[in-house]
Amino acid sequence: MADSNISEAMKAAVGTETSRSTSYPISESDIRKWAMAVYWPEKAPAVFTDPAAASKTVHGRLVAPEEFNPFAWSAASNELLLKGGASSRDGNNPDNSELALGIPGPGLKFMLNGGMICEYGVRMGVGDVITSTNSIGEYSEREGRLGLMLFSRGVSTWVNQNGEMVKRTSSTLIRY
Amino acid sequence: MTVKVGDELPTFTRETGFANWNRYAAVNDEFVPIHMDDAAGEAAGNGGAFGMGNLQWAYLHNMLRSWVGENGEILSIEVQFRSPNVKGQTVTAKGVVTAVDGDVISLDVWTEQQEGTKLAPGSAKVKMGK
Repeated sequence: MADSNISEAMKAAVGTETSRSTSYPISESDIRKWAMAVYWPEKAPAVFTDPAAASKTVHGRLVAPEEFNPFAWSAASNELLLKGGASSRDGNNPDNSELALGIPGPGLKFMLNGGMICEYGVRMGVGDVITSTNSIGEYSEREGRLGLMLFSRGVSTWVNQNGEMVKRTSSTLIRY
Repeated sequence: MTVKVGDELPTFTRETGFANWNRYAAVNDEFVPIHMDDAAGEAAGNGGAFGMGNLQWAYLHNMLRSWVGENGEILSIEVQFRSPNVKGQTVTAKGVVTAVDGDVISLDVWTEQQEGTKLAPGSAKVKMGK
C-alpha cells in the first residue's frame, strides 16, 4: 500500500481554477424529468411540471429543484483553464480532477461522494444558462475500513446568464 | 405558522433500490458501476450495489421544500454521506429545528434507514414562505 496518494503536484494545485462549463438553456423537459426522478414513485409537485401552476408562484415561471444539475449529460461548452489540462471521455473517471490540472492522478480504483456543502442564491428556471467555474480544494487522507482513503474537495460556483449567483458548492470526493 | 426549536419536520420516505437509482442515473448521467451492478458494489466493499449520495441529497431537499412551501427558500445545506444506501432499505429524510434567528431557521437534517441508522447527517438553513 502506498504511504500517500497525495503527490507534490497535487498539493501545489490546491486553489487552482481548473475548468469552466456553460450549460445549454434549461428546458421544461429537463426540469420535469429531474423532478419525476427525485419524487418517484409519487408525482412531482406541479411547480416543477406544470408551467401554468408555476406561473402563480413567487417565481412566476417553471423553476428547477435547487439540486438540479444542468450539466448532467452535456454542456454547451467545457473550457479547461490550464495549459496541459485534459478532459476524460469518462465523466466518472476517478482521476478527472487531476487530468484537468494536467498532472498524474493517484490512479485509485473506487470513488465515493463523501458529502457536500452548498449555499444557494437565485433559483434556476426555464431558459436559464448556467456557468460553473470549478477549482481544486484541499487534499487529505486517512485510514478507513477500506484502506487508505484519499479525500479531495472540489469547489464550484454557478452563476446564471445575468451573473447572479445560483450556488456555491464544496464537494468531498473519497477515493480508495 | 410559528416555528420553534425542537419542531420536527414532516418526513419524506422512499423504498430504495434499482428502480429509484436507475431513474436518478438517467437524469444525472450517473451510471457509475457501484450504483448499477452488485458485483461492482461488492468489489468496492459495500456488499452490493448502493444508491447515489446525490439522491439522498435530493430527498433532503424534497423534505425541506415541502416544509418551507413554494415561496420559501433553502439558503444552505451540508451533508456527509456516512453509510451506504443499499437495496431494499426504506430511507426517510428527517429534520428538526435547532435555532430560529429572525426569519432564518437552522435545522439538523439527515436520512436514515428503517432501523434508524443515519445514512447522511447534516444541517441546513431555510426561510419559510410567506
